[in-house]
Amino acid sequence: MSAKTKELLVKPIFENNPVVLQILGICSALAVTSSVKVSLVLAIGLTLVSAFSNFFVSLVRHYLPNSVRIIAQMIIISSLVIVVDQILKAVAYDVSKQLSVFVGLIITNCIVMGRTEAFALKNPPIPSFLDGIGHGLGYSVLLLVVATIRELLGSGKWFGITILPTAADGGFYIPNGLLLLPPSAFFIIGLVIWALRTWKKNQVEKPEYKIGPNSTTTQEIA
Amino acid sequence: MAKQETAKYTITVTLVMCIVASILVAGSAVLLRPHQLANKTQDFKRNVLIIAGIYQPNQSVEEQFKQIDVKLVDLETGRFSDAVTDLDKFDQVAAAKKPELSDRLAPEEDIAKIVRREKYAKVYLVNDSSGLSKLILPVRGYGLWSTMVGFIALDKDLNTVLGFGFYDQKETPGLGGEVDNPKWKSLWVGKKIYSESGDVKIDVVKGHVEPNVPDAEYKVDGLSGATLTSKGVANLLQFWMGEKGYKPFIDNLKNGEA
Repeated sequence: MSAKTKELLVKPIFENNPVVLQILGICSALAVTSSVKVSLVLAIGLTLVSAFSNFFVSLVRHYLPNSVRIIAQMIIISSLVIVVDQILKAVAYDVSKQLSVFVGLIITNCIVMGRTEAFALKNPPIPSFLDGIGHGLGYSVLLLVVATIRELLGSGKWFGITILPTAADGGFYIPNGLLLLPPSAFFIIGLVIWALRTWKKNQVEKPEYKIGPNSTTTQEIA
Repeated sequence: MAKQETAKYTITVTLVMCIVASILVAGSAVLLRPHQLANKTQDFKRNVLIIAGIYQPNQSVEEQFKQIDVKLVDLETGRFSDAVTDLDKFDQVAAAKKPELSDRLAPEEDIAKIVRREKYAKVYLVNDSSGLSKLILPVRGYGLWSTMVGFIALDKDLNTVLGFGFYDQKETPGLGGEVDNPKWKSLWVGKKIYSESGDVKIDVVKGHVEPNVPDAEYKVDGLSGATLTSKGVANLLQFWMGEKGYKPFIDNLKNGEA
């Protein structure tokens, strides 16, 4: 694996995570992460769509008229999403029922569109493909981390296997119902962002403005 | 990129892309259709088993479905019918859209807001040694946003609810969507449909139903924050268990004339 390949694949996981640093794709990260299994399927779906849409957009990038490039990207992305949805319905019917609209919503996931627009339009197909995989992995890692916390603490399970037997089933663990509700994903993503920025200080953004010290000049103006 | 900015070029490129994309999408849909249909049928059968309360997750759905007797009922006469030869292929919801297999309901009759009612219904019977033990009837009706499609399972007295639930609905998640909540569905078990005089008495009421209030067996808790969905559920039962629905059939069954 060359250094460039590695960079394309690994960098989006921690250094430049699409959800945590770029704050993209939050919507689906909130909605589906109450179960690890569903999150995993959506993560795989998004990774595939992101990789292949990057690939195809990159293939046609020299022929795309600038004025319709966004629509052209949407055609590619949405076709791929429909294909993924069809495949899911054929091979994993139960999961596709649980995911319902969220597969379709991959189309509007900013990570996919963001990568085709920012990367695939300017780079050859293979690196674009890898970039799509990398960003998909970054999304997947976050989704799985959030889903693990939510499913484990919210229902005492992981991948549907009981880890902490709940009080309702005669165990000791009293599940925290809040973690099954979408807002909890906000808190968890917030904590992940905090943790990651404590570890990698360069991700901390500069404050856009600072409150200046009280001075006599402001008093005079007032 | 910038050199090809003529209108003709733009339209050609867009057109070619659209055609390629549509071939891809249509191709995948056609190729995967048999698998999807098989999944759908299996899911449907599993739903019948779940509502009847006889589903065993570790056994094959096909195997378990063999104990169920599928019959066609003429809703007008309330008797078994053999008007459709291939029952496996008969889709009741689809039939309601075909003019030759359904009748338009007058607005005052159409309390479940389904517009057309099919002439034939596909019902599921579970028999044991003493005869009919469970009857599963497909029901549907409009809630707030969507038509809710499901089943109701009745005990052998043809009055007590064994199970009730929807397999397809698009009500507001978290509010009306709570019709899928197992806790709410379990409230239906043991409720009664018909009053002494044979009217459909079951209703969804606001708030919690204490077991000691009068007629508690005819009342089910409404879903909080989903008044219209709750009403839709009550209406669809009123319709399907009534004269226009399965009432004639149930009466015939009781008298042994179906």
